[in-house]
Amino acid sequence: MAQKVAVEGWFSVEPAALVGTRCTACGTPYFPRNEMACRNPGCAGAKDGSELEPYTFSTRGKVWSYADARYKPPPPYVSPEPFRPYVVAAVELETEKIVVLGQVVPGVSVDDLAVGQEVELTVGTLYTDGDDDYLVWMWRPAE
Amino acid sequence: MSREIAVVGTGMHPWGKWGKNFVGYGLHAAREALAEAGLEWTDVQYVAGADTIRNGYPGFIAGATFAQALGWSGARVSSSYAACASGAQAIANARAQILAGLADVALVVGADAAPKGFFAPVGGDRPDDPDWLRFRLLGATNPLYFALAARRRMALYGSTSEDFALVKVKNAKHGAANPNARYRKETSVAEVLDSPIVASPLHLMEICATSDGGAALILTSMEFARARGLNPVRIAGLSTVTPTFPKTVIDLPDFATDAAMTVAEPARPFRADLAHTAYEEAGVAPADISVAEVYDLSTALELDWMEDIGLCAPGEAESLLRAGETAIGGRIPVNPSGGLASFGEAVPAQAIAQICELTRQLTGRAESRQVPSTPTTAIAVNQGLFGHGSATILTT
Ligand SMILES: [Zn+2]
Repeated sequence: MAQKVAVEGWFSVEPAALVGTRCTACGTPYFPRNEMACRNPGCAGAKDGSELEPYTFSTRGKVWSYADARYKPPPPYVSPEPFRPYVVAAVELETEKIVVLGQVVPGVSVDDLAVGQEVELTVGTLYTDGDDDYLVWMWRPAE
Repeated sequence: MSREIAVVGTGMHPWGKWGKNFVGYGLHAAREALAEAGLEWTDVQYVAGADTIRNGYPGFIAGATFAQALGWSGARVSSSYAACASGAQAIANARAQILAGLADVALVVGADAAPKGFFAPVGGDRPDDPDWLRFRLLGATNPLYFALAARRRMALYGSTSEDFALVKVKNAKHGAANPNARYRKETSVAEVLDSPIVASPLHLMEICATSDGGAALILTSMEFARARGLNPVRIAGLSTVTPTFPKTVIDLPDFATDAAMTVAEPARPFRADLAHTAYEEAGVAPADISVAEVYDLSTALELDWMEDIGLCAPGEAESLLRAGETAIGGRIPVNPSGGLASFGEAVPAQAIAQICELTRQLTGRAESRQVPSTPTTAIAVNQGLFGHGSATILTT
């Protein structure tokens, strides 16, 4: 069984980190990656994409909020059968002052989480399709 | 020059799951609005449609579809897609035409026949589409986003599940008195909390359903209304502003907020800015508001909106709710129509339906759900996907 990423270019696996872009003119980071033009209206950069460079985000943050899904979502979500509930957390990264959503690793329920709790980024299996595991970024309680 | 325009007719098709073509719902609503205005279809110079998707056809359709159903008359037309703010965009188009002197009489109409269950992205493999990707990579349905906001409120302000359920109890009571509402049954906190959890902390009865429905308005210039001897309700302000960078509140279908690393958060977040801009345009203040229709996609969201539009300070919505102040008969009734809790979503019709309700409240025609002492100033607000939203101020 091979491991593949569920989306190209949004995160690295070793080490686990979100990968976006950052404006070299004003410093604003973007996730998901923005290659079009810096979106800060006050930025004096070229705004043709040449001002945007790859950027790796910090990997620890605080839970802004969290919720779980108790019903199977419609496609294109690929659900195991039978459906397994999962948790999604919105996490605020202190350095970038950005809130990023991600699934929480399996085995952690809403009862194990709290707003303000420290979490860190990891990578886990989002779904399995035929022979391959598809990976995505996930949050887990910080060590 | 006055920026006001007149609302001289309102019409609705009852919300429900009727299983018919959406055009019929819009037609019904348009005819009712024309009848209430005492005008003929051929008096209408401008048709502003709020769009829906006609499955099997590419694209979003509305304005001309209703014009055809009413009988091609040569009226000018526009169609607006802005998710849940589509109806408000249509009203804004009609208002601009009237204020510019290009038309005296406009029909605004929106209708939908919504699919059952979760809203889902359009089919096919579309990995460039954030709406497709949020389902694929996160399994983030609309209720999941509502639940994130609800839990955040609990953490910030100590809101409880009972508080959220009480919003539903209030709106269900209002909706029970509204012949156009889909759900017309009162409920209890216990019944709400007994319904299954969809996305904790929210229960099935706290999340709005998808519905069929239609709504329409006849809008005219103030001069036209006066010439007809009418003393109409006025649209005194209508804001459709976009967010200000950086947008720091997570909203569907986003994966992340803007980063506030290089530019400070704006003084007013998006929803508050929508309302603030409309207040400024109308020259009224939150303290002047005597009735509000806000976008209760979830129970918790109604409480957020109350604070965003300035009915109370952040964290105080629960105390108003518990004291009964947001029920009909209270100091500031919220969602006297029954809200989305009682109607469900018929996306293009919703923002128009809010104005139908408030017009009827301001003219004392809301029958058994009438807010006492006929209110004089009202606000309707909503938020759609992708940075769409609206706030509309009505005055007598
Ligand atoms: Zn920049």
